[in-house]
Amino acid sequence: MTLTPVLTDTWDKDRSWRLATYERAGGYAGLKKALKTEPADLVQAVKDSGLRGRGGAGFPTGMKWGFLPPPDGGPRYLVVNADESEPGTCKDIPLMLASPQHLIEGVAITSYAIGCDHAFIYVRGEVLHVYRRLLNAVEEAYKAGYLGKNILGSGYNLDVTVHAGAGAYICGEETALLDSLEGLRGQPRLKPPFPAVAGLYARPTVVNNVESIASVPAIVAKGADWFSSMGTEKSQGHGLFSLSGHVTRPGQYEAPLGITLRELLDLAGGVRQGHELKFWTPGGSSTPIFTAEHLDVPLDYESVGAAGSMLGTRALQIFDETVCVVRAVSRWTDFYAHESCGKCTPCREGTYWLKQVLHRIEAGEGQDSDLDLLLDLCDNILGRAFCALGDGATSPITSSVQLFREEYQAHIDGHGCPFDPSASALFAYTPKTRTPGALAGAGAGGH
Amino acid sequence: MTADPVETATRTRYDADTLAALTADATAIMERYPNPRSGLLPMLHLVQSIDGYVSRDGILFCAEMLGITAAEVSAVATFYTQYKRHPNGTYTVGVCTNTLCAVMGGDAIFDELSEHLGVGHDETTDDGAITLERVECNAACDYAPVVMVNWEFFDNQTPETATALADKLRLGEDVAPTRGAASVCSFKQMSRVLAGFNDGRADEDAGTGEPTLAGLRIARERGWTAPDGPDSEPDRRGETITGEPGSSAERRPTTPSDTQVGKDKKPGEDAK
Ligand SMILES: Cc1cc2nc3c(=O)[nH]c(=O)nc-3n(C[C@H](O)[C@H](O)[C@H](O)COP(=O)(O)O)c2cc1C
Ligand code: SF4
Ligand code: FES
Repeated sequence: MTLTPVLTDTWDKDRSWRLATYERAGGYAGLKKALKTEPADLVQAVKDSGLRGRGGAGFPTGMKWGFLPPPDGGPRYLVVNADESEPGTCKDIPLMLASPQHLIEGVAITSYAIGCDHAFIYVRGEVLHVYRRLLNAVEEAYKAGYLGKNILGSGYNLDVTVHAGAGAYICGEETALLDSLEGLRGQPRLKPPFPAVAGLYARPTVVNNVESIASVPAIVAKGADWFSSMGTEKSQGHGLFSLSGHVTRPGQYEAPLGITLRELLDLAGGVRQGHELKFWTPGGSSTPIFTAEHLDVPLDYESVGAAGSMLGTRALQIFDETVCVVRAVSRWTDFYAHESCGKCTPCREGTYWLKQVLHRIEAGEGQDSDLDLLLDLCDNILGRAFCALGDGATSPITSSVQLFREEYQAHIDGHGCPFDPSASALFAYTPKTRTPGALAGAGAGGH
Repeated sequence: MTADPVETATRTRYDADTLAALTADATAIMERYPNPRSGLLPMLHLVQSIDGYVSRDGILFCAEMLGITAAEVSAVATFYTQYKRHPNGTYTVGVCTNTLCAVMGGDAIFDELSEHLGVGHDETTDDGAITLERVECNAACDYAPVVMVNWEFFDNQTPETATALADKLRLGEDVAPTRGAASVCSFKQMSRVLAGFNDGRADEDAGTGEPTLAGLRIARERGWTAPDGPDSEPDRRGETITGEPGSSAERRPTTPSDTQVGKDKKPGEDAK
């Protein structure tokens, strides 16, 4: 399978982030065409394209737009989820740095299609230059008449506000994001009602991921069939695959859905020289881990699901044989415990306990019953948590205990970690500490 | 908020000039949103741009601007990690110690910096220059291990590069991120940008990193493009024409897909 640069196609141009660069590459052809098209036909085109949400869950984008109730004269909103914080996920940030106009054009087309005249981009606060680029891109688009009043003479008006968050993974969850955008603590809302019915300020709202929205202009300009000519039957189109970790050339690889890790690794120069693949995440830390056995699983929603994980955000974190799976999973668990918003008991208490148990296993103080205790705790979180953060916290644990039970047991039996933590680093060093006691600060002082 | 002008009604201890400037900025923030309460997060960033943390006065100020209680503002401010409860250093140095960066060397970098600076997580050096933090995944995993300085990217760090960076910051020297602006601004300046006030530095560019371009480079080398659309604009993007040096027509087969026809390959999937 070959790579298919669409979103990445302008990234190597001089001053790729400028509007002029984007226009020279054919940018805003989609918006020009869209403004001469009936909004309902645009929604239909996105449905026909097969585009599914690129933010993790893979919900069909056109269908989501179609869920908005008929216009009642009141406002309707588009909110772009640019919170990108799922560990391993690193695609939206480079996109917005290199080519923010892709997103802005997508915002304009989507807003027109759903009847919105004020759209928001909620970007995580920890990426200063990305925020600058977005502010600048919006200003450039206003000046060129792609945003603002009477866009390109069409009579259509749209304002776009770029809003910076302030550090909270949970604000990537769409309803927590809406609460945060309303100036509240970012905690998930009970669904239903879904945002399509009662979203921002309790008005009909579409929440979509950056990459989903950035994919819209080309679908409109080149047609739904063009998009669905890429990918598999049910997972259509192109997607950014982000390779990180122990791989020779980490980075962004834009390919049709359905490409395999084997093919991607082949392009990326393989696993770190002299080492071999041990485990990997297909879609970020919240997706059950895979091993070398899964190298040929097509990376599309259905195949990854059938193999027991989730395509998620195509965040392919590669770990070679030097990495201790207990250390890796324990650290992810610190993350979930730190980021748990505290709204529901299974997640708030459960992630805390998971963290304690993993820390003691990692420190060589685990007991034989701890593995079952971990699985039992996971059982009490999965399906009982208020939002998907809690569920996601269990994925790395249950999958790794299943695949690497002996490695956990070795920590318990050997009263410590059998791995040299420096072996996995990219540079040589002498570890100062080897116990997770040193990590205590990581999870402290959470929400 | 009452109908009195803020200047006379305020419980904050800001001097008149500071308060007037803050009020003007906060008003501009509120005007961005259909509901002014949405301005609270940017307003807290604004407060940090003056005080270097979310101060008591800052909380009162936000409460007065929005007509809500100080307790309501505090509840929000304490929820988000970027709002600081103590005066922050001029630079926040954040070492990513989420799993991927940690195993690639982030743990070693944090330990080294912590020892070198004599501070732990969320502590500030005595000279007020640096607040050291462990940070979560900052969406730069393809550049691991990553260090953030005032939320600009310092990619592919080592303990040596990170301590050298910290030394420069303490000496007050300019430092340049590997991706981002030409130099790192102060915590207060950064906070003002995060409040939504463009500092005009978007065109500065420390360079697009190789990982960002990794896939595109291969596509260019091999002449791979996405399929052409039926009614697309004239395609000015492909830089290699079939048959020219570097195009797929000339390239020797190197991957399995060059020699095998995939069983479920669709028309247009192999672009050229
Ligand atoms: C804890 C949590 C964090 C999330 N973080 C993000 C995120 O950073 N970006 C994102 O687009 N979606 C994130 N999501 C998914 C969103 O809730 C939502 O499904 C998505 O933004 C919808 O957009 P899409 O349909 O275009 O994918 C997260 C979900 C959860 C439960
Ligand atoms: S699952 Fe966790 S993050 Fe989600 S609502 Fe419950 S406590 Fe909050
Ligand atoms: S794990 Fe460090 S940037 Fe993602």
